[in-house]
Amino acid sequence: MAKTAGSVKSSKAAKIGHVGQKVGRKDGPRLLLGTRKGVFVFTRRKKGWKLAHHAHSGNPIPYVFHDTRTDSTWCSIDHGHWGQKLARSRDGGATFEAVAEPKYPDGAEIKPGKPATLRYLWCLAPGHASEPNTIYIGTEPGALFATRDDGASFELVEGLWNHPSRHEQWFGGGRDEPGIHSIPVDPRDARRMLVAISTAGVFETQDGGANWVPRNRGLEAHFLPDPTVEVGHDVHAIQWCARKPDVVWQQNHCGIFRSTDGTASWKAVHEREKKGRRRLAFFGFPIAADAEDPKVAWIVPAEGDQRRQAIDGALRVMRTEDGGQSWIDLRHGLPDELAFDVVYRHALDVQGEDLAFGSTTGNLYWSEDRGDSWKELGHNLPPIYCVRFAP
Amino acid sequence: MAHVAFTPHLARYFPDLRAEVVAASDVAQLVVELERAHPGLAAYSIDERGSLRKHVNVFVDGRVVRDRESLRDALTPGSRVYVAQALSGG
Repeated sequence: MAKTAGSVKSSKAAKIGHVGQKVGRKDGPRLLLGTRKGVFVFTRRKKGWKLAHHAHSGNPIPYVFHDTRTDSTWCSIDHGHWGQKLARSRDGGATFEAVAEPKYPDGAEIKPGKPATLRYLWCLAPGHASEPNTIYIGTEPGALFATRDDGASFELVEGLWNHPSRHEQWFGGGRDEPGIHSIPVDPRDARRMLVAISTAGVFETQDGGANWVPRNRGLEAHFLPDPTVEVGHDVHAIQWCARKPDVVWQQNHCGIFRSTDGTASWKAVHEREKKGRRRLAFFGFPIAADAEDPKVAWIVPAEGDQRRQAIDGALRVMRTEDGGQSWIDLRHGLPDELAFDVVYRHALDVQGEDLAFGSTTGNLYWSEDRGDSWKELGHNLPPIYCVRFAP
Repeated sequence: MAHVAFTPHLARYFPDLRAEVVAASDVAQLVVELERAHPGLAAYSIDERGSLRKHVNVFVDGRVVRDRESLRDALTPGSRVYVAQALSGG
C-alpha cells in the first residue's frame, strides 16, 4: 500500500479545549453530534441529555464517532479555508488534539490528467476488534485510507483505488467527485469489509483490502440507461445487523434494499407505488439497523430526488419489523406541519432502545422506545451532519 | 530574507505563530521553511500537490501571488509576505 506521511501532533499542537463540564467515563453514555458549527457532546441524565461540550466551535464537522476500543473520540473537520483535518479526544470530548490527515500520494489521479487531492473526510470507521489501532477513513474523491498505528500514519488502500471500474464508472452524486461514506468491518473477520460509494455502489473485500468486488446485484439505478449495471449505483447508506452481519440494509437513491446473503444480492423493500396511496418509504439518506433483530430497521424518508425535504411538511421516522415487507409510520412527538427537515445519511443512529436523529434545520430528536415516541433535544442547533451514540 | 506575517485566524491552530523572517527565494520554498519551523502549517495553506488552497491567499509586497499552482513567485531580500484567508464563511 502507498504510505503517506503523517504524524500525531503532541506538544506543538493546539489543544482545542473550551469551557465545559469535566466529563469522565463515569458520565456514561454520550450522544455525539457533528454539525456545521462544531462537535456537540451530550451526556445522559435521568430525564434526557445535557450538553457537556461544544468543541471545534464554528467549524463544520462531517463525522464524529467514539472508538470504544481505544476510548477515543475522533472527528473530521471540513475547514472551508484550511482544508480537511482530523482530530481526536482522549477525554470524552473535553479537549481534542490534531492528527495529521491522510494525503493522496503523488501521482494519484481522479481521472487521467486530473490530480487527486483530499476534498472531504466523509466517514471514519473503527477496524476489527482484534485491530484496535486500525481506523478507516472514507474520502472524496473516492479513496479509502487506513491507519494501523492509531493515526500516526495513513495508507491509501490501493486495491480499491486501483479498481478497474473507478475511472469510467464512478462519479459524484451530490458531491463533485465520488465519495466513500459507509465502511462496515465484519465483526467475524478482520479481513472482510464493505464500502459504499456515492456514486459507484457497494464493494466488498475478503482479503484485507487487496482485492475488491462490486456487490450491487439487484439494485436499480433508474438514472442510468441500464439500471442494472454492475457499478454506478448511488448508495446513500448501508448498515448491517451487528448480530447477523449477513443481513445488510441499504438506503439507495432509488429506494430501500436489503440483503440476506452478505451483499451477494439485494432485494427491494421500499414501498411500491400504488394508485390512491402516497408512497412514503422510498427516498431518503440514512438507514439504521437493529443490532439484534435482522428484521428491524429505521429510515427517515424524504419526499424525493427533486424535492429533498420532509414529506408534506411533516417529519417522520419509519420502522420495519418484518424485513422491509411493511413500514410503520412513527410521528409521535415530531412536527406535522411547516417542517422541511432533511436528515443526512450519518445523522440517524440507534443503540439498544434509543434512537436519535438530527436535521439540516438544526433539530435534534431522541426516542427511548425504538421510535414510538420522540422528544426534542434542540431546535436551534446548527445544521447537523452526523449523530452517533457513544456507549 | 523575507518577512512573513499571518492572518490571526491561524493562531487558533498554531498558538505560537508569529511574524518572522525566513530565508527563501520563492513562495514554495517559503512554505517548506515554515513547515520545518511549524509542523503541519503547510497543510493549512496548500494541498497535496503544493497548490494554494482555494480560500487562502498569499500576498507578496502587497500583490497576490500569480502562480497558485506551484507558488514560484520570487521573493527578494526584504520581501514582505502575508498569508491570508478569504472572507468566505457562513
